[in-house]
Amino acid sequence: MTDKYDAIVVGGGHNGLVCSALLARAGKQVLVLEANDQVGGAAVTREFADGYSVSACAHLLYQLQPSVRKELKLNPKLAAEDMTTIALGENGEHVRIQGGKVLGVSDADAESYRGFHKRMTRFADLLRTYFNKTPPRLGTKDFQDLKTLGRLGFDLRRLGKTEMREFLRLIGINIHDELTERFESPLLKGALSLDAVLGTHLGPRSPNTIMTYLYRLAGDHGRVASPSGGMGSISDELAHVARESGVTIRTGMPVSRIVIRNGRVVGVETESGERFDSLTVISNADPKQTIMQLVGARHVETGFTHRVHHLRMKGNAAKLHLALDGLPAINGLAKKDFADRIVIAPDEHYVERAFNPAKYGESSPEPVLEITFPSFRDASLAPTGKHVLSAVVQYAPYEFKGGWDDAARQAFEAATIRAIERFAPDITQRISASELLTPADIEREFHITGGHWHHGELTLDQFLFVRPVCGAAQYRMPVDGLYLCGAGAHPGGGVSGAAGRNAARAILSREKAA
Amino acid sequence: MTIQEVHQGRLRSPFYSRLAALDTVNQWHEWKGYSSADALYCEDMEYFAIRNATAVFDLTPMTKYRITGPDALDYINRLVTRDMSKIKPGRVAYAVWCDDRGQVIDDGTIFHLKEGEYRLCSQERHMAWLQTAAIGFDVSIVLETADVAALAVQGPTSFTILSKMGLDGLEGLKPFGLMNFDFDGADLMVSRTGFTGDLGYELWIEPGKAELLWDALFEAGKLYGIRAMGTHALELARIEAGYLAAYEDFLPADATMRTGRTRSPLELGLGWLVDFKKPNFNGRRALAEEKRRGSTWRLVKLDIDGNKAAHHSYIFAKEKGNKREIGFVTSAAWSPVCKQNIAIGTVRMPHGAVGSNVWVEIYYQREMHWSRAMAKAIVVDKPFWFPPRRSATPPGPY
Repeated sequence: MTDKYDAIVVGGGHNGLVCSALLARAGKQVLVLEANDQVGGAAVTREFADGYSVSACAHLLYQLQPSVRKELKLNPKLAAEDMTTIALGENGEHVRIQGGKVLGVSDADAESYRGFHKRMTRFADLLRTYFNKTPPRLGTKDFQDLKTLGRLGFDLRRLGKTEMREFLRLIGINIHDELTERFESPLLKGALSLDAVLGTHLGPRSPNTIMTYLYRLAGDHGRVASPSGGMGSISDELAHVARESGVTIRTGMPVSRIVIRNGRVVGVETESGERFDSLTVISNADPKQTIMQLVGARHVETGFTHRVHHLRMKGNAAKLHLALDGLPAINGLAKKDFADRIVIAPDEHYVERAFNPAKYGESSPEPVLEITFPSFRDASLAPTGKHVLSAVVQYAPYEFKGGWDDAARQAFEAATIRAIERFAPDITQRISASELLTPADIEREFHITGGHWHHGELTLDQFLFVRPVCGAAQYRMPVDGLYLCGAGAHPGGGVSGAAGRNAARAILSREKAA
Repeated sequence: MTIQEVHQGRLRSPFYSRLAALDTVNQWHEWKGYSSADALYCEDMEYFAIRNATAVFDLTPMTKYRITGPDALDYINRLVTRDMSKIKPGRVAYAVWCDDRGQVIDDGTIFHLKEGEYRLCSQERHMAWLQTAAIGFDVSIVLETADVAALAVQGPTSFTILSKMGLDGLEGLKPFGLMNFDFDGADLMVSRTGFTGDLGYELWIEPGKAELLWDALFEAGKLYGIRAMGTHALELARIEAGYLAAYEDFLPADATMRTGRTRSPLELGLGWLVDFKKPNFNGRRALAEEKRRGSTWRLVKLDIDGNKAAHHSYIFAKEKGNKREIGFVTSAAWSPVCKQNIAIGTVRMPHGAVGSNVWVEIYYQREMHWSRAMAKAIVVDKPFWFPPRRSATPPGPY
């Protein structure tokens, strides 16, 4: 027996949930099939040690889109908002960055940073406009596409001659050059470098790192927040809204294949052999997994298969979770500072040097870190008086030489703790339990090919009109009835819900046109 | 890693010693790394051997790929536009393959050697495309051009000669069929295929037995007019047969830079090879769209007035007062056997319907001076040369 739905969403990540809820509100019978026992994908909170919980993958909220919040009437509870970034320096001389303000640097740097931030947020706003739109196709006569393209050209031109030139100069280049031209403070340069490379297989000297920096700013001008109850609370709220809208969500149901008959989607089959019928299947899985595994190369054409196969999506960020008996002592940090975002990236060369071994399949002996103590403002995450440290650690290449075995994982964890120890000498005594997720673990646990949290590197050749690949940037895959709604689609990763919302709108408008 | 010695310079086919012994004009060209003869003594005589006796052509340089593996059929079925599940073991299919835009990359023949094992033959090399197409399939693709010596044995007396050579049971072999024989302890594969549009066969054997095969063949054919031929004679025969040649009648899509210079199978008159009942193959979406909207180009076979070959001529809709040409000739020849001035060309739709008239502008030179003639032509749909013996089974003795 099979069940029939108007649409089936493969994967209950936050984008899948957004997409399903919007479709259900448009009157569709929607089924969401999630492989794990918990919805949320990479936006989940889970216990990693007895009594200690943490956002297992994504841990900071940059850009939950206002349109998504509004349309689904979301009201996420935030434990911390507009967090300051503290770049740890030797001898307790830290640099604090919040919005366009920076403390702990020379007056010249502070002034220069104000200008830099203003320009970058202006450019980022340009990108943000397009986050909530289906990217236009190039070379078509479709009115909507031409309108969006025309608007893009107009917005670019409206920057004014100088700024437009500046935008075009910067968009492809590396952040290192720009930072060394503008700033003298190594800590400031280190922290901004880290912002540009977080979650990518790029170093600050890699081309394209201005773009990844802008992407980070595009969310909410770079403001970061930490949701109360961890990232899972966002997903739980989304799941609740989806269910309220009539969506059926089934967890622990890994989809083994998307069933294609006569060149069109007719449903999905789960690993347990259950079959669900629908003429619309929306994949929240990454594009590579969707096409190469769930659909199969034989159902798509060669050029397309080739492009998907070669998508660059090898993760390079690991996630470290520590259960702590108490907060560590960090020279120069007051207790309240533990509510903020703390980064270890002492200078821009340090970040680049950390990246060097990753090019050759080795992990960084001196990694860069983005650290939060989510339990500091959210007591629900740890037993009373105890704390949780959640950190993104780079670089830990997905294709680790010799593979990510326990020894490799332990070695990288030790290197990471040594990096923290430089600033928090008592950290080791505080640790009661730990967990390190390498990209290989992230791939396994969250079903993301390559463990890349953006479902594909966010670079100019995989962005906007060509995300995930040329010819499939409008959420529609070249198999009738198949859509993509995850981070692999425009605009990309981060807990923003934009891809899920845009996909739902693309599906509905296509239906209206048909 | 072991470093393999790679032959430097132009290759010689395993039949080279025999071809060289017959060669009097010393006219060779390069074909995919091999020396291939334009002609060996007289291209006209070689051509008449195809039509009146038997001509033998060295096919070894033809690109050959061996495609095997559990997914071989699924792989080939996605690669080419026709339905290969209908081609049983022991059968050969003419096929065409396209890129995602539905533009022809090349045409060739696919031999279903045995269950799940195929040989793909084409004029051009395609390893990059074949490997790209193999992503996601469990198949192995091996270039076996140098591992197989091949001869085309074409002409009315070819069946008799091969029978004399001792290939018993060949009379039952239908066009596009395969048979295997023992030849001096080696496997000799014979297919009833060819590029001449006449009764003919192709012989496939390991290179070590090549000279022995040649000798046996020429011994058997001594009284039946057997001759060796070069590519010039074959070129004329293939135009008469209405067969297409890459780089003449179409450009391989993966080697073409300018947009609009490639052709779809529908535009090359190969619509019969495109099976839209197959749910997926390369180019299907684009071709379905083309079918819906209509093609830009049409391939035409032209029967032209007069006797001046219309090489590279412009094609016009009317004799006079044309604003612009509607197309051009891609292959042309005076056909001795048909006594017709024939050509293959490409015209813009909707021109060139079968039975309609077009005008061909022929430039020709007489003692240095150029002249121009507008010749009337009629669009025909059948090949210019299609003798009953080509498909008769058993073929009659000549």
